[in-house]
Parts: sequence; C-alpha cells; structure tokens
Amino acid sequence: MIHARGLARTYKTRRGDVDAVRGVDLDVEAGEIVGFLGPNGAGKTTTLRMLTTLLRPTRGEATVAGADLRRDPGAVRRRIGYVAQSGSTSGEARAGEEVVDHALLYGVERSVATSRGRTLFEQLELDGLWDRKCSSLSGGQRRRLDIVTGLIHTPRLVFLDEPTTGLDPQARANLWTHVRGLRDERGSTVFLTTHYLDEADALCDRILVIDHGQIVAQGSPEELKQRVSGDAVLLSAAQQSDVARIAAIAAQLPGADVPTVDGHLVEVRVPAGRTLLAGLLRSLDAEGIELAGVELRRPTLDDVFLTLTGRSLRDGESPARSSEGAAA
Amino acid sequence: MTATTATPPTFTDEQSGRSTFVRDALTVFRRAMRISLRNPVWAVMGLLQPVLYLSLFGPLLEPLAPQLGATNAYQLFVPGLLVQLGMFGALFVGFGLIGEWRDGVIEAERVSPAPRSALVVGRVLRDVIVVAVQGVVLVSVAFLFGLEAPFWGIVLGIVTAALLAAAFASASYAVALTLKSEDALAPLMNGVALPLLLLSGILLPITAASAPAWLNTLSNLNPIKHVVSGIRAQFDGDIGSATALWGSALTIVLAAVGLWFGSRTFKREDG
Ligand SMILES: Nc1ncnc2c1ncn2[C@@H]1O[C@H](COP(=O)(O)OP(=O)(O)OP(=O)(O)O)[C@@H](O)[C@H]1O
Ligand SMILES: [Mg+2]
Repeated sequence: MIHARGLARTYKTRRGDVDAVRGVDLDVEAGEIVGFLGPNGAGKTTTLRMLTTLLRPTRGEATVAGADLRRDPGAVRRRIGYVAQSGSTSGEARAGEEVVDHALLYGVERSVATSRGRTLFEQLELDGLWDRKCSSLSGGQRRRLDIVTGLIHTPRLVFLDEPTTGLDPQARANLWTHVRGLRDERGSTVFLTTHYLDEADALCDRILVIDHGQIVAQGSPEELKQRVSGDAVLLSAAQQSDVARIAAIAAQLPGADVPTVDGHLVEVRVPAGRTLLAGLLRSLDAEGIELAGVELRRPTLDDVFLTLTGRSLRDGESPARSSEGAAA
Repeated sequence: MTATTATPPTFTDEQSGRSTFVRDALTVFRRAMRISLRNPVWAVMGLLQPVLYLSLFGPLLEPLAPQLGATNAYQLFVPGLLVQLGMFGALFVGFGLIGEWRDGVIEAERVSPAPRSALVVGRVLRDVIVVAVQGVVLVSVAFLFGLEAPFWGIVLGIVTAALLAAAFASASYAVALTLKSEDALAPLMNGVALPLLLLSGILLPITAASAPAWLNTLSNLNPIKHVVSGIRAQFDGDIGSATALWGSALTIVLAAVGLWFGSRTFKREDG
C-alpha cells in the first residue's frame, strides 16, 4: 500500500537548511495499522506530507496506494484520506457543511456524503453538532471533526497525524475502536503518527520508530519490547541508609545488570523479574531491611525508545533542538 | 497482515480521472459564498462604502463636471467608483485565505483530487459576484443622485469592474498564500494599490491638459487608467469605441494573468 525508498526532505530556511527527513524506506501492506512513532521534530509530519502529495520530496521515490507519488499525484489523492496534525476545518464554517463540502471534492454525491457524515458524527460522538460553527466546538470535538473529514470519502488508505491529541481518554479509546473497525470491517490501511506509546502498543500491528529523520527501528510492538532485556524491579527503601545494601543484594540476582540508585529508589533489570521477586523480598527481609514499596515494570515502548535512541520519548523539548543542531 | 475482509471493500475513491474542474469550482464557490453571507457586517460594509463615496464626495464633483468636459458629474465619477470597488473589494480577500490556511483548510483541499485551479476559481467567483452586486447597488444609488447613462454601457461597466476584481482577488490569494502573514500582506497590498489608484484618474481624470507631462506619461503606463477610461466610454454609450474595447481587453488579460498566478501558487509543493 505504501512503498517508499530513500524519501528525504530538506527545508530551505533563511538560517540554513533543515534536513527534516533523511532517507526513509518504508513498506506498509494493505490492511495494516502502522504506527509512526517519534519525538517532536523527528520528521513524522514531513514524511506524511510527502506521502500525501503536499510536499515534494527532495530525494527518493514512493508508491502510495498503487500510484507513483511523483508521476501520478492525482491518483494518490483520489485514494487516500489525510487528517493533518493542525486541523482541517474553518472556524467560520459549520461542522456538517464542512464535512459534506470536503466529500464533494472527491466526487461523492451530496446525499451519500450527508448520510455518511451523520453516521460518522454518531460513531465519533459528535451527535447534535452538525449545525454548529466549528469555532464553537471544543478542542477535542474539533479534532474528531477533522477525523470525520478525513474519512468521509471512505479512502482505502488513511493517514492520521496525531489523531488523538486533545482527546480525553474515553474519546481516545473510542477512536481506537473506530480505527480498528476501519481495518477489520473495510480492509482499510491506516498509517498514523503518535507520541503515545500505549496508543502504538494497543492499536498498531506494526510500529516504525523515527528519530532525526531516519527510521531507527521497526517491528510489532512485541518484537520491539523484546529488544529491551527483561523487567525493571523498582525497590524503594524505607530508610536512606539501606539503599546501598539493597543495591548490593539486587545486583546478586541471576542475570541482573548494575542497579541504578536514585534517592530512595533502587532500580535493577532482570530477565523474568516476576519469578525472582518473592526470593528477593525474602533475602531483604532476612537482612532486616524494610521497604517502603516494590514495583515490577514490564518493558514499555518508552524503554524501547530509550534503548534505541538514548532519549526518552517524553522529554519533548530537547529532541527538536538537537535535530536542528544536527541538521545545521 | 491482520485484515480479512468478507465483503469486497466499499471504496468510493476510484473516481474516473476526468476533469472535475467545474464541479469542484462550484463546490468551493458555494462554500465560500455561504461563509460570506453569514457575516453580515462584512457584506453591509462593502455596500456602504460606495454609497458613502457617492453621497460625501459626489456633490463636490458636480460643479467641476463642466471643467472636466462632462455634462453629468456622475457619468464621470461612477466608472471610477466601479473600478475602485473592483480593486478594493478584491485586494484584501487574501486575509480570509490566510485564516483558512491557518485552520488547515487549504491543506485539506490540496490533499483532495480537486484541480488546484478550481480552488482558486471557486473563491474568485464568490468575490466577483460580491463586487458585481455591490456595483449594481452603487449604480442604482447613483441614479438617485442624477446619473444618466445607457443601460448596456452600465451592464458592461459592471462586468468590467467584476473582471478586474477577479484579477485582483487572484493576485491577493496568490500573495497571501506565499506570504502567509497578515502583517506582511496589508502593507504590500496597500503599497501596490495606492499608486495604481492615484495614477488611474479614478477620482479626477488624468489628461494631457490636466496633468504635467511626466504624470500623464506615467499614468498611461498604468493599465487601470485604461480600464477606467474604457468604462467611462461605455457609460457614454461608446461601447464599440477603441477606448472601450481596449479597456475590456486589458481587463480580460489582467484577469487571466491573475488566475494563472493564483493557480500556480496553489499548485506549489514546497512547504
Ligand atoms: N516549513 C518548515 N520549514 C523549515 N523547517 C521545518 C518546516 N517544517 C518542519 N520543519 C523542521 O523539520 C523537522 C521535522 O519536523 P516535523 O514537523 O516533520 O516533525 P514531527 O515529527 O511531525 O514533530 P511533532 O511531533 O512535533 O509533530 C523539525 O526540526 C522542524 O523544525
Ligand atoms: Mg508533526
């Protein structure tokens, strides 16, 4: 459904060139939900805008929905839907009209567009907002309206750029169900970007991790998680004086790496932490060490990201800066 | 591959590749018109402006008319106002476009298969119709003040003004989409419009007799002056005269260039 080779984009700015995307290869098969994961400024939106014909690639080739991106952008446009990160509806227009007008540009009959639009409004919990001025919608309602607009012509391939930003947890879960429905009931292919690891984990068949304009890892959520060895055991000492002894005992666990200490907290990574926990607690008890708390953490995609890129996904600010610095 | 579809997919996206220019331009036009009509302040101000000119400036011209070689002051004055309407009713439409761009509307339209030219033409059509309606109001009010002019001359005059609006609206959209900033658009548009206006003889005709030679020569380089002269000829009933035809031809060229420029800007994929 998407096959890209060496896709790259350099933005020319007054202060020099910005290599936003530097040679991305990607393959997405029909019927997949693929997550595009990366920190701020990684190049997600730039890649999407190239794949949706909005931005001319500086280098590289791509076939999108069976059509060549450079030679037949018209065919690409007919077959895809795109929900931009920054919205798609005018504040001055009314919600329902904006959706129907968008569908008309794809050659959908007005009556079909209207009934389809009303159904989507219901499914995305926008009932009763058909005649509302877009500027009067709440942030999350407006975001869902963007999604309706991107789906109104039932495209076979949908690009969603951070579809769930600004949605409350319930609306987010509802959207996930809807996106899965697109795949399961209609066989649509979905390519979405996100910062949320739980989202990629819960929703995507496959994840591509992008950083500094390059794909740094890909695989199913399970495959990616396996790249991080083992579980994290977090032990919080009741007394600061015990911390060193706790770390020493934790280090003796079979297969343990070097424990890290942060204040009262000792963290150690072990394979199969679940089976070791009981024994560990007993040995601590035998030493007369009192714990304030114990936590066992399965590796998250955040850990994967940290392992792959050396940075946590959540420190949103620094990646953008370092990306630009690297580009200069 | 997780997907298994029992029923064949119901994709409606495989429309034929035939040109959908007219359909899409009309869709864009209807949407733009609907939004404009919902903003009554804007429409009323647009209508009020020419009426203010007529009532507050027209009387000053009445005693001057014989001096300027006209029997009827409004026959001289109304064509100028029509051109001013065509220019200023259209020059600032780019502001609205920047708002739409910021809302993501332009990008959403550009990702659709609609021909890029339809996105411009649909909007320009709205602007043209708004100017034409304002022109009709202007002329009707001018009759109350004492305008005398032949029917077909008036019709052609309004059509010419509307075509001029098409040129300026397209240019405004093109510049707006290039600059993407209201703060840059306003001074630029004013900077271009003011000399064009002053050198066109809209309020007082610029002739070899009335102006210094250099000013007259400079004004002759301004296409707007010939458009004004053309409409004046049409209002005088000289519909087939060289002046009238030259004015109309220039307007058509300006509109064509404007639309080409606008479509080109919408086509660009550089950021
Ligand atoms: N129009 C532009 N001109 C210059 N630089 C740009 C432009 N658009 C994006 N960039 C730069 O390109 C890089 C990638 O930006 P992009 O928007 O693709 O990131 P992203 O992964 O979508 O980030 P986010 O998670 O914040 O949405 C950033 O460093 C950004 O500053
Ligand atoms: Mg982005």
